[in-house]
Amino acid sequence: MDDAAIGWGGLVLSLILVAVAVGLSMWQGLRLERDMLWATGRALVQLLAVGYLLVVIVDEDTPVVWAWAWVAVMLGVAALTVRRRAPEVPDITRMTLLATSGSALLSLFVVFGLGIYPVVGRAVVPIAGMMIGNSIGSIVVASRRVLDELADRRPEVEARLALGQPWQQASKPFVRSALRTALTSQIESTKAVGLVFLPGAMTGLILAGADPVDAVLVQAAIMYLILGCVATNVVIIGLGLTRRLFTPDHRLVRLARTGG
Amino acid sequence: MAQTPLYELVGVSLTIDDATILDRVDLTVPGEGITVLLGPSGAGKSMLLRLLNRLEVPTGGEVRFRGEPLADLDPLALRRKVGMVFQRPAPFPGTVRDNLLVADPDATADELAAALRDARLDAAFLDRAADELSGGEAQRMCLARTLVTRPEALLMDEPTSALDPDARHRLERTVRRLADGGRPLVWVTHDLDQAERLADTVVVLIGGRIADAAARAGFLAHDGAFGDEGDDPGTGGTQEGETHG
Repeated sequence: MDDAAIGWGGLVLSLILVAVAVGLSMWQGLRLERDMLWATGRALVQLLAVGYLLVVIVDEDTPVVWAWAWVAVMLGVAALTVRRRAPEVPDITRMTLLATSGSALLSLFVVFGLGIYPVVGRAVVPIAGMMIGNSIGSIVVASRRVLDELADRRPEVEARLALGQPWQQASKPFVRSALRTALTSQIESTKAVGLVFLPGAMTGLILAGADPVDAVLVQAAIMYLILGCVATNVVIIGLGLTRRLFTPDHRLVRLARTGG
Repeated sequence: MAQTPLYELVGVSLTIDDATILDRVDLTVPGEGITVLLGPSGAGKSMLLRLLNRLEVPTGGEVRFRGEPLADLDPLALRRKVGMVFQRPAPFPGTVRDNLLVADPDATADELAAALRDARLDAAFLDRAADELSGGEAQRMCLARTLVTRPEALLMDEPTSALDPDARHRLERTVRRLADGGRPLVWVTHDLDQAERLADTVVVLIGGRIADAAARAGFLAHDGAFGDEGDDPGTGGTQEGETHG
C-alpha cells in the first residue's frame, strides 16, 4: 500500500502540470491564471480539511451516526450547488433535496440493507458521496430540459389543454423527451466505461494496489447504483417540476427559458 | 327570445407582473352568432379570450358561462364544451388522424370525417402528415381537431393572421356556416374589414377596456390604425357591442 502514498513531495511535483497550464494560459492570453491558481489552492485546502475530518468520521471507534450526519451535509451542499447551476428553476432546492435523499436512501438500502458492504463510516461516506455527486449533473440537466421543453412547446401544450386534456397528459410528450435527454448521457457513459475511460473508484483502487478484478467488481456495483440513482433522480425531478409548472386547474404557468 | 348569454363578464380585471392587461371589463357574449372582439394590438383581446376557457383566470371580477361562474366549473369539462383555435396552428406529431384522435381517442372514422367536413377539409386528409400541411390547411385541421370534442361554442384567436387572403376568406366562410349551424363563436381580430364581414356583434377593446362610444368611433374612423391604447379615454363602462345585420 506504500506504493499508493505519493507524499507531499509527490504533490508538489504534480503542481508542475498546473504550472504548465498557467504557462499556456499566459502564452495564449487566456487570462485564466488567477482562476487556475485559486482553484488549485482551494481544492487542496478543501480536500485537506475533508481528509482530516474523514479520518475522524471513518475511524472505527467513531459512532456511524457521524457518517450519516456527513451524508446529510452532502445532501444540503448538493441542493445548493444545483440551485446555483439552475437558478431559474422554481423550487429547485427543495426538489433536489427530495430527489437526492430519495435516491440516496434507495441505493444505500441496496448497498447496506442487502449486505453488499458493512454499515461503517468508511463505506457510508464515499458511497453516498458518489451517489449524490453524480446526481447533481443529471438533476441540473433534467430540470432545465423540462423547463425549456415546456416553454418552447407552450403552443402545443396549451392546444392540448384547450382540448380538455389534464396537465399530466398535456405535458407527457414533452416531459418524456426531456427525461430521455437527461438519462441518455448517463446511459452512454455507462456503455463507454472501460473502453474510453476508467472510472474514479476503479482507478483509485488499482493505483492503491488492489487486484484489478476486485476493483472491477467494486466499480461495476457502483456504476449500477449510479445509474439507478440518476434514473430515480431524473424521474422525481421531472415529475415534481412538471407538477409545479401547472396550476391545480390545469393551466401552464408563465415560464422563462433557462437560456442554457 | 331571452336566450341565456354564452358568457357574461362582470368587472373582470387581469394583471400580470404588475401590468394591467384587462381593466374592469363588463361584457355579454350572446348565445348565438359570431361575436367579434376587435381592437388594436396589445389591447388585451387574446387574454380576454383565454379567460373564457380558463387558460387564464381573472385577478378581479367574475366570468360566467351560460350563467354559471367559471370558478365553479370543472376546467377540463369547460374546455371540451368551448373549443379554441389559436393564432398559429399547433399541429401535433403524426398524421391528421393522429391529431384528431388526441382530441378523442375513441372517435370513430365517421366522426373524424365529419369533423374534417365541418372544417371544410376532405376526408383524404386523414392520412396526410400534419406538419406538411399548408398554413390554411393546418389551421383547418386545428379547427377540425377541436370540433372532434363536439364543442357547444368556439373561441378563435386571430386564426387567419398567418393565412393568405384566399385561405382567410375560406376559413371565414367555414365559421359562418358553423355559427349559422348553431355554434356561437367568439372571434378575435384587429382587422376592421374582417370584423365587418363576420360580425353579428362587435365588441371593441382598447387598452384593456371595453371602448366607450368616443373611443370606438375613433378606432373605427382610423380604420384600425389606432395603435396606441394609452390615450384611450374609455371609462371601463358597461357598453356592449351593437348588433350588425
